[in-house]
Amino acid sequence: MTTTIGAPLNRIDARLKVTGAARYSAEMPVKNVAHAVLIQSTIANGRIADIDTAAAEQSPGVLLVMTHRNAPKLGGKQKSVQQPGEDYPLLQDDAIHYNGQHIGVLVAETFEAATHAARLVTVRYDEDKSVVRLGQVLDKLAVPQHFRGGARLPDSSRGNPDQEFVAAPVKIDQTYQTPIEHHNPLEPHAVIAVWTGDELVVFHSSQSVAGSHKTIAGHLGISDDKVRTVSHFIGGGFGSKGSTWPHVTIAAMAARIVNRPVKLVLTRRQMYTSNGFRPQTRQHLRLGADRDGRLIALRHDSLSHTASFGEWVEPCGLSTEIMYSCPNLGVSHRVAPTDTGIPTFMRAPGEASGMFALESAMDELAEALAIDPLELRLRNYAEQDEHEKLPWSSKSLKQCYERGAAAFGWNKRERQPGSMRNGDLFVGWGMASATYPMNRSKASATVRLQADGRAIVQCATQDIGTGTYTIIAQVAADAIGLPVERVTVQIGDSNFPEAPVSGGSQTAASVTPAVDAASRDIRKQLVDLATTGSFKGLRSEDLDVVDGAVVVKSDPSRRAEIGTLLAGRDALTATKGAEPGDEKKQFSMHSFGAHFVEVHVDPELGEVRVARYVGAFAAGRVLNAKTARSQIIGGIVYGLGMALTEETDLDHRSGRVLNGNIAEYLVPVHADVPDIEVILIEEQDPHVNPLGVKGMGELPMVGVAGAVANAVFHATGKRIRYLPIRPDKLLRTA
Amino acid sequence: MSDWDVSRRGFLQTTALTSGGFAFAQFVDRHGALAAEPEAAPSESAPARQRVTLQVNRTSHELTLDPRTTLLDALREHIGLTGAKKGCDMGACGACTVHLDGKRVVSCLTLAASAEGRRITTIEGLAEGDELHPMQAAFVEHDGFQCGYCTPGQIMSAVALVGEGRAASDDSIREFMSGNLCRCGAYPNIVAAIKSVAGGRA
Amino acid sequence: MYPFTYVRGDDRQAAVALAAEPGTEFLAGGTDMLQLLKDEVRRPRRLVEITSLSGMSEISSGPQGLRLGALARMADVADHPAVRDEYPVISQALLASASPQVRNMATIGGNLLQRTRCAYFRDTAMPCNRREPGSGCSAIDGENRLHAVLGGSDHCIATHASDLAVALVACDAVVVVTGPSGEQRIKLEDLHLLPGETPEKETVLQPGDLITAVEVPPLAFARRSLYRKVRDRASFEFALAAAAVALDIDGGTIRQARVALGGVGTKPWRSHEAEKALTGAKLETASFEKAAAAALAAARPLHQNGFKIILAQRTLIRALLTVGA
Repeated sequence: MTTTIGAPLNRIDARLKVTGAARYSAEMPVKNVAHAVLIQSTIANGRIADIDTAAAEQSPGVLLVMTHRNAPKLGGKQKSVQQPGEDYPLLQDDAIHYNGQHIGVLVAETFEAATHAARLVTVRYDEDKSVVRLGQVLDKLAVPQHFRGGARLPDSSRGNPDQEFVAAPVKIDQTYQTPIEHHNPLEPHAVIAVWTGDELVVFHSSQSVAGSHKTIAGHLGISDDKVRTVSHFIGGGFGSKGSTWPHVTIAAMAARIVNRPVKLVLTRRQMYTSNGFRPQTRQHLRLGADRDGRLIALRHDSLSHTASFGEWVEPCGLSTEIMYSCPNLGVSHRVAPTDTGIPTFMRAPGEASGMFALESAMDELAEALAIDPLELRLRNYAEQDEHEKLPWSSKSLKQCYERGAAAFGWNKRERQPGSMRNGDLFVGWGMASATYPMNRSKASATVRLQADGRAIVQCATQDIGTGTYTIIAQVAADAIGLPVERVTVQIGDSNFPEAPVSGGSQTAASVTPAVDAASRDIRKQLVDLATTGSFKGLRSEDLDVVDGAVVVKSDPSRRAEIGTLLAGRDALTATKGAEPGDEKKQFSMHSFGAHFVEVHVDPELGEVRVARYVGAFAAGRVLNAKTARSQIIGGIVYGLGMALTEETDLDHRSGRVLNGNIAEYLVPVHADVPDIEVILIEEQDPHVNPLGVKGMGELPMVGVAGAVANAVFHATGKRIRYLPIRPDKLLRTA
Repeated sequence: MSDWDVSRRGFLQTTALTSGGFAFAQFVDRHGALAAEPEAAPSESAPARQRVTLQVNRTSHELTLDPRTTLLDALREHIGLTGAKKGCDMGACGACTVHLDGKRVVSCLTLAASAEGRRITTIEGLAEGDELHPMQAAFVEHDGFQCGYCTPGQIMSAVALVGEGRAASDDSIREFMSGNLCRCGAYPNIVAAIKSVAGGRA
Repeated sequence: MYPFTYVRGDDRQAAVALAAEPGTEFLAGGTDMLQLLKDEVRRPRRLVEITSLSGMSEISSGPQGLRLGALARMADVADHPAVRDEYPVISQALLASASPQVRNMATIGGNLLQRTRCAYFRDTAMPCNRREPGSGCSAIDGENRLHAVLGGSDHCIATHASDLAVALVACDAVVVVTGPSGEQRIKLEDLHLLPGETPEKETVLQPGDLITAVEVPPLAFARRSLYRKVRDRASFEFALAAAAVALDIDGGTIRQARVALGGVGTKPWRSHEAEKALTGAKLETASFEKAAAAALAAARPLHQNGFKIILAQRTLIRALLTVGA
């Protein structure tokens, strides 16, 4: 039987997406829907002294203006969005924690009536002083209390990094900075809340339907099973839709009061104050090496900021712990509160910012030693995880370096910065490493095989654009023995068997083992059935399922169709769970990759354009070569934005987001992106999970900004240590 | 059906679909909350409304709208054509791109009233029956998207771009597609899809 | 959006009469107006749609020069053979503007009257003298990387956003205006006002005034013209700095020049200083550097936008080098 796993299959949901038939949350056909618009604060810190809703309430078509004065008091004890101890604003009091915080919601008959009336609400504040930038709170930095949800300590060290750094013959001692960035999925967060009696259906754009319905229930103080979250299509998330943010619950509260379904779609501007962001970081890197470039000491000390009402720490140093071989290594994380919203996971949280710093510093070390940057990395290759002191389950970074470098032509690189030209443009070649941990959580799935020969898979996972629908179909088809066209996939519904958040690149690694297990069970049931029916007298071992029929192994011409075998029955059904064991105690599990980039820099005007890109990645088994390649390209493009253009501008006095749109918050456009050559290196890794999958969502973004910064240095001799690398910084830097 | 009701409460049931490689759950709606098509909101309490007739995909739609209604909201909220997407509502992302009299425009910066009397084509009007438009087919084949949200706008823009004669080179395609943002970063695949369609005609 | 009524103007005089009434605004391509309406920066009670007015969309060229109907769309003007061949600077400025979709919608008249992208201007929650006279300028002590270094005042430093206006002002364009008091011709250079103490007053136009056309006089050496725009990303962005230049060259000497700058001024910035420096000068880098220094001599940097002074000079030098080559 030919396997479909790994094949570059077109997405099974592609047709719906190219015809406009795929329905995203705000597009679910709900009758009699009323339109809600959020009202947000215009100061960063203080209290609401007075809020006047009279004009809004009298505006035509308005059904409800809900503020902390009239909002239902929530019975939920756990109001947390992401961390214990966090008390997120849900219209429960008059406190203002940041500019753009929700202070009310207005519901009207039409979108037009609602958006205007929401502006008629006037607020008088008792305003307190506010601080909104990391640079303003450096004296308030503290040891995080909930680092990684308490799963580990914020600091680690091995050997004696401080002393050995002082003694090292070659040193790099630099600080790198990254700005606030916003996810900006193209689909804004959207909710339609529908109550029927005391039961609630919430259509909303969520990276975690299974988590979402519990969070909403928790907010409302009702039982989990009274809430159902549905999210068939998600127009991108990148971490912003991983948590269930307050607007979802607020929409549900409003719907209850107006006794109608309520639709609430965030405006693009509100997307900057309603669903987290990647926080500003300052990272102090100290690298000590011997004259051959071997690392002797390495310290990575990271600062980031969080909200005043909850702690979220950008874990910049975790990749550093495992990336290179170094006997003396220290990592720390400190955090301070600002009067901003709370940061959150944004594609490769920690790794993206942290590896910009580490990979820039490695490039600086290579320059200091006059060693080729790739050669420097090979000299410091980590043959095992020196942090956990465990062997790798698999690691193909050397192949990534080799094949990436060969495809790029890295050996033709002139070492001296500023020595390569394309006409009047300066040419720079830069490289960087990539790494991301293999994450996996418990998941379950149900498979039903029908008499018509079709299988239906149900799982409360979701497809945020990564291709989950398609890989589930491939895995189920293979495990049962069906053509992939005969598999229907139903996901994005909290009523289905539970699966984790689509975050941390864990969906494939978590969900496909469960789908595989349930599908194998179906196959077994089918074969067993055959031994009591069509192939009475034969043993299960004598039979196989091929192309949707049970066949006799020794004589494949003897076949029984599923319809025949299931005659008189409705279907075969199996639900299976799959979860990680203690394999992480025996192996360290990470994916790796290498970036090679060519930039062209106009030396007078400071324009940087990416001319060429090669990325080589190894992340276990590839389930679909086409969608995996797309994920890699997408991650690189996301990284190019981080490197060159993206920064959220806050007014430093008011904390107001100034470029809260996508005209002035600059994500890459077509013209910014060259051809990207992708090299996928397959790994056979029996340790990570039954399918050998590591996950590909975040890995390719890690290291992009470093590779670009290194290429810019190679082109110009200018080292930009504060993202993004825009013309003004190149002009200002000597 | 009975053994396939995964609903813990039977509130909204899921039915299994029987055709196609892909399907999402269909809802059985006991309480009448879900409609087959969205309805125009009731008119009694909204401000002064006006009658607007829109010619969309060769079908005429007579609507009664708040004058502030954009073409995009008219399509999505009043006609039920949700293919054109609202990404930024400020003309900066291109997800709402439709054709007006054959030219690509952003429908979020067009008042519905301004579109009266003009020929409007949306992504839903691109395919001929079950036959995908070649550009749609090329996007499928080249995986010119991930999440799919920008896709209708990309395709409408791409079809127009080929007509404008701007598909002559990769750089031209990139420049003249730059009004359509893709946050999933499918740009190289989109360029490949456009080239494959324009190949013979550029 | 504030509630408004929508009227379609079928007749130019009637449209002008309607628009002269308080609370009424014209609506053409709508690409800037709709954004301002959504942000409630503009709050008209009535919109008069003018796109169907006759005789305002034509593009023509002849011995009198170029005439662009005010309702001609940016894309059509950019692609017009006469514009491409005789005034490449105009075509290039248009193609460097916005996106293809926006260029299919936006009109020439509307482009000239687009409002600043200053974030404080477009956010009604923030003080802004231009939007709300007397409320204060948030940008002067605020985030001003993108703000103007030329033509600012203590009351406003908002950058004029148009690329087209920069190219047109370099070409001595004149706007033809019909208003309640009849028809008049205004040099484009005089259309926009410096903010001074009244930044809310952006142009010399009066209520009801309607730009019907833009006329560009014959300028033979505009065939040797160029628009160079520098921005953070490769496309679909407003300028950090831009230069529109045209050179009349006689052997190794510059007979005359046209220079205007974008992205750095509170209005489309014609630089007579640079032109003077170039007139009669040798065709060489030193002349261009002198002209660039003259163009930015009056520049006043704030704490984040000082780079624009150097960038604008270099952009101008680059444009001159390219067009002079």
